[in-house]
Amino acid sequence: MSDWQPSATLTRLQARAEVMQRIRAFFAARGVLEVETPSLCAAGVTDVHLQAFTTHLHMPGKQQGQQLFLQTSPEYAMKRLLCAGSGPIFQLFRAYRNEEAGRHHNPEFTLLEWYRPGFDHRQLISEVDALMQHVLACPGAEIFTYQQVFVDHVGVDPLCADIEALRDVAMQRGHGDVAENETDKDTLLQLLFCMEVEPRIGQQAPCFVTHFPASQAALARIDEQDPRTARRFELYYKGMELANGFHELADADEQQARFEQDNQQRQRLGLPQVPLDHYLLDALRSGLPDCAGVALGVDRLVMLACGAREIKEVLSFSYHNA
Amino acid sequence: MANYSTNEFKAGLKIMLDGEPCNILENEYVKPGKGQAFNRVKIRKLISNKVLEKTFKSGDSVEGADVLDTELAYLYNDGEFFHFMNNETFEQIAADEKAVGDAVKWLVENDTCTLTLWNGSPIAVTPPNFVELEITETDPGLKGDTAGTGGKPATLATGAVVRVPLFVQTGEVIKVDTRSGEYVSRAQK
Repeated sequence: MSDWQPSATLTRLQARAEVMQRIRAFFAARGVLEVETPSLCAAGVTDVHLQAFTTHLHMPGKQQGQQLFLQTSPEYAMKRLLCAGSGPIFQLFRAYRNEEAGRHHNPEFTLLEWYRPGFDHRQLISEVDALMQHVLACPGAEIFTYQQVFVDHVGVDPLCADIEALRDVAMQRGHGDVAENETDKDTLLQLLFCMEVEPRIGQQAPCFVTHFPASQAALARIDEQDPRTARRFELYYKGMELANGFHELADADEQQARFEQDNQQRQRLGLPQVPLDHYLLDALRSGLPDCAGVALGVDRLVMLACGAREIKEVLSFSYHNA
Repeated sequence: MANYSTNEFKAGLKIMLDGEPCNILENEYVKPGKGQAFNRVKIRKLISNKVLEKTFKSGDSVEGADVLDTELAYLYNDGEFFHFMNNETFEQIAADEKAVGDAVKWLVENDTCTLTLWNGSPIAVTPPNFVELEITETDPGLKGDTAGTGGKPATLATGAVVRVPLFVQTGEVIKVDTRSGEYVSRAQK
């Protein structure tokens, strides 16, 4: 029998539409401009843990197609808009990631991404908290530093501990298969965070975790008061990772250096090299306003709004029968 | 045997772990906002029968286990080994006491059992869901009693003990559910 029926019930699709409307109303009331940016771009993401879908554009008269990357997030294009003086902007973006599907993952999904010139990470956290309450009518959020939740739930200080200490605690907690031969400190931190911290935070109220280790800064700026940490935050609620935000890195040279480091690590891991986004780097050189930005998983937000257990329950068609 | 990457993990896949064949019961993909993804896997070890949870880095691969379920008819026990036969090829396989385990009390001649073979050798025997066995010993029931009360213990031809209704007597053949070890009915003649 053909499996043509939608993955979500009609009620869930209505709940989804309502969440979208609430999001748009929230930003309209705050004077944040809705924008749309391209899904297909000449450059992709260098992050070694993100794999983009690629395709080729075949122009008449050209023998070889041009390689294009389906965007894993609208971050680079939105920053170019900010550099061009857009002011505060938001986008409901269909993102594509070439990775495993699961209870909380579908290869294409909807991201809400927004940027606030003049905000730092703290001000943006307050706004994310307000949006959560506006959409879910949930309690106000709790805020902890990464160091604090790690000490509370793992019993080790993530900023001071060496690899051996992290490996020991991972093995005690039953993650020896991964930990035993692991030589990368961040992988051990991510293992312990995923398995031991995430399931224990944000159960009653949304929980923000701030000041991730500088080695996991991604596109966040390093904190001046504690340079071991970056001004990056994540939001967790009821067992799901919902959002990732930064007080944005504006330094083009540092951004380029991080991209190049990613590509070197890609080479070591046998992953394809990704062309750097020179449009973004040029835009940063012309000047990114001091700003904070965040990306929030809309499908997961809808799951929370209607009590769904799996992401496919809020998608018209999950990849299984897309 | 082929290697399997974590993205091929699913319930029912047989893999090798700590030198023992295992069956994957559940697989969950876990990924932090940024960084390394993991697979949290619930596994049953097929020899020790232990259930445990394991974590893998997504993209890692694990050796597959050459595990195969096959349907064979039970023939006889020679005191040391239990002999089974493929009714189509007449090929015979002998399983030891360890592989047979608790199934020993449900083995009836000519019944079709499921043998789990690892590298060709039996590691587990699953009896049919229902078997028919003769009662060799049970107390005589009280007259006029019908089904429904607590019943009484009855010893079967294989040595298994099940609770039966009071009206069932020694020498009768009864049908038993091997998964729960419970009496179902008198056997149909």
